[in-house]
Amino acid sequence: MAESRIVGIDLGTTNSLVAFMQGDHPVVIPGEDGVNLVPSVVAIPASKQIIVGNPAGKYLASVPDRVIYSAKRLMGRGVEDVQDELNLFPFHLADDIQPGEILRLQLGEQQYTPPEISAYILRQLKKNAERYFGAPVTKVVVTVPAYFNDAQRQATKDAGRMAGLEVLRLVNEPTAAALAYGLDRKKEGTVAVYDLGGGTFDISILKLHEGIFEVIATNGDTHLGGDDIDNLLIAIALDDIDGELGLNLRDNAEAIQAIRKAVIEAKIALSIAETARISVQLPGGHPYHREITRQQFEQIIKPVLDRTIGPCRQALKDAGVTPEQIDDVVLVGGSTRIPNVRTLTDEIFHLSPRGKKPHIELNPDEVVALGAAVQAHILEGGSKATEDMLLLDVTPLSLGIEALGGVVAKIIQRNSTIPASATEHFTTGVDGQANVAIHVLQGERELAKDCRSLARFDLKGIPPMSAGLPRIEVKFLIDANGILRVSAREQRSGKEAEIEVKPTYGLTDEQVETMILDSFDNAEEDFHQRQLIEARNEAGTILAAVEKAPGSPAWLQLTEEERQQIATLSEELGVLKEGDDLHSLRAGTEALDKATRRFAELMMDAAVTTALGGQTMLSAGEKLGDGPIAPHPFAPAEIK
Amino acid sequence: MSTQCAHPQVDYFAVFSLQRKLSIDLAQLERSFYRLSRQFHPDVYATKSPKEQQWSLDQTSLLNDAYRTLKDPVSRTEHLLRLEGVILEAGKSGVPKESRVPADLLEEVFELNMQLEEMRMNRKMGEDDPQLRSDLEKARATFESQLAAVDSNLKDQWTKWDATVGVPAEETWDANAAKIKNDMVALLDRRRYIRNLVRDVKDALEG
Repeated sequence: MAESRIVGIDLGTTNSLVAFMQGDHPVVIPGEDGVNLVPSVVAIPASKQIIVGNPAGKYLASVPDRVIYSAKRLMGRGVEDVQDELNLFPFHLADDIQPGEILRLQLGEQQYTPPEISAYILRQLKKNAERYFGAPVTKVVVTVPAYFNDAQRQATKDAGRMAGLEVLRLVNEPTAAALAYGLDRKKEGTVAVYDLGGGTFDISILKLHEGIFEVIATNGDTHLGGDDIDNLLIAIALDDIDGELGLNLRDNAEAIQAIRKAVIEAKIALSIAETARISVQLPGGHPYHREITRQQFEQIIKPVLDRTIGPCRQALKDAGVTPEQIDDVVLVGGSTRIPNVRTLTDEIFHLSPRGKKPHIELNPDEVVALGAAVQAHILEGGSKATEDMLLLDVTPLSLGIEALGGVVAKIIQRNSTIPASATEHFTTGVDGQANVAIHVLQGERELAKDCRSLARFDLKGIPPMSAGLPRIEVKFLIDANGILRVSAREQRSGKEAEIEVKPTYGLTDEQVETMILDSFDNAEEDFHQRQLIEARNEAGTILAAVEKAPGSPAWLQLTEEERQQIATLSEELGVLKEGDDLHSLRAGTEALDKATRRFAELMMDAAVTTALGGQTMLSAGEKLGDGPIAPHPFAPAEIK
Repeated sequence: MSTQCAHPQVDYFAVFSLQRKLSIDLAQLERSFYRLSRQFHPDVYATKSPKEQQWSLDQTSLLNDAYRTLKDPVSRTEHLLRLEGVILEAGKSGVPKESRVPADLLEEVFELNMQLEEMRMNRKMGEDDPQLRSDLEKARATFESQLAAVDSNLKDQWTKWDATVGVPAEETWDANAAKIKNDMVALLDRRRYIRNLVRDVKDALEG
């Protein structure tokens, strides 16, 4: 049996993948259907019926409000953040979500948080890997957009935990891509990774030197990607349909999903062809067709692509390099297949004048997962292929504390290499004050209200003293995952302060714990359900065969006793089949199978005799040769 | 409530086994940084015990903080001054204190403020004055060269300081060392002020 491996997972907005290091290069592990990409789509048509990936997509046509896609856009976010795109998503949010609270999706009677949805996807990838290795997989490296903030990162880690995975490291997507890119090339120099995916955009500038991958600066937009292009096209189609056909379908979820499917196909076609057709069969039978040229398409999506320019310029500025100092530009993410993206990156980084082109030789859909696999391999101890390789990444956002007057005091600057730490001192304002509250934020603005609330920390158990006397030393540490850890000590008494964390848009440790158990319960139930269904199918097969039995001449060759036994057992099995008792059902199937064995043999002989025209098996054997053996007609199907 | 105390500083020079000298070979520093990273980084300890992982985290964050501080000439100088017991006006955290106008620049600063105000008014009205622009470009060039002069002076102070390091302390050396420190504090103040001016001009021109 193969040993347990650490795998790398790309948990993408549109598609997810799992990969591992095979020898000296990484490979993607396909699903049961042989496909490498697992669509990040989860359908929950009925309570406890969870369908992930390709099969889930089918439900978009029938029950769109029970299908969740692009859950990554909801991770670590609040209601205020997702307002503008809610109307294009077919699923609904719970209507009692408080400010600062984690999002909850309402599907019928059940509610799901975004990390739980991501956990189902991770669990599917885990299964794919375990099937491939024939061994359990419990440790993973998961990638996240470089520009993800603390809440978004923590949500990803929580999802891993819910799926029964220990996330050894979160790796930034552009950095992972750089790893895959730099692996066999032994590249040196300054590289820019431009990563435009389904929902997020990252630009990272790295220095590669003797196996060290040092990120110098990173920037991006965690709310910008292929989905925004799709939404623009959908909006135009809806306007068009309203104008031309007089149909307002903006509240029609099925129609929107049908249009969405069509515009995505057209978008992809336009990367290769000069024109494409958006063809939709609308509800009510109306067909809608529209030709779209690549020129029109480029015009429409220009505002989206232009939004990548600002972050690129800022990253170059923060890195202290000019475009001319960038040696290579690597394109990552499905959206970089759009020809205009290549033109745009050429312009931003002044490539053509220097006789250079952006690198597109690595599969933009797979490169991040492959890089994650390389990092997983390094964490496992590595090998000759990865010797000397080390990732030095940065935190993308400045970390600050809210000070008097609502001003933010920055304690860790953006683009600081991680792990990074800062130590601050606090004291009390009132005699005997036992708690001190700290509000931690991320962002570059001066005022707390313009920054992103990360969490509120309550330092408790401060020994009673006069106001201003306690010296509480608080250490802020951003770990290698880019996630904040806080520890505090009152220095006069030497006492460790107890810290209560209230994460914004997140879950407490206790809440995640309950969700792990819930998932397990469902998994157990799901497994049981599946086995029951399979057992019922087998019983059904053998019962159907028994029903046809009297039609065979071999039936008469049985004794009356044998026929009676078969009749009794099949009647019993018929009853068991309707019940839930898996054990008895299996026993009953086994018993009927045994009772019909002789009949089956007799039937086989009769069939062979007929085929051979009266010859015996022995003499016929020479003529037959080694042909395929017909399976026992009552043989139960194999239980996997 | 956040307080700012002169608490004992960690010596970032010691992290790299360097003497407290201000002139640093940056290429050598980078090589040391990479070498030490390979030794301590959490990636190397990913499958070790939680205690070892915590140790690695603490060591590496210290290494990273030290490298970041020593790499930049200004933060390097500030760090040394703090190690030498100087309390700098602008703390690591908290809003930096407003600097005083350097005496020799009073006239230029006064004129610049007027020009910046005029630029802001123009912008509000949607007007553009090419002459004003050209004047501001000149002002920017002037201040940028002032900045370069400060940096050059700072480097001279470094050389003076480095000459005192490792030399047995004598009375005259102490007074000398004190003077060098004061000069560096003044230069840093001046530098901060001029850099803010350059930033203001850039913002006014680029909008």
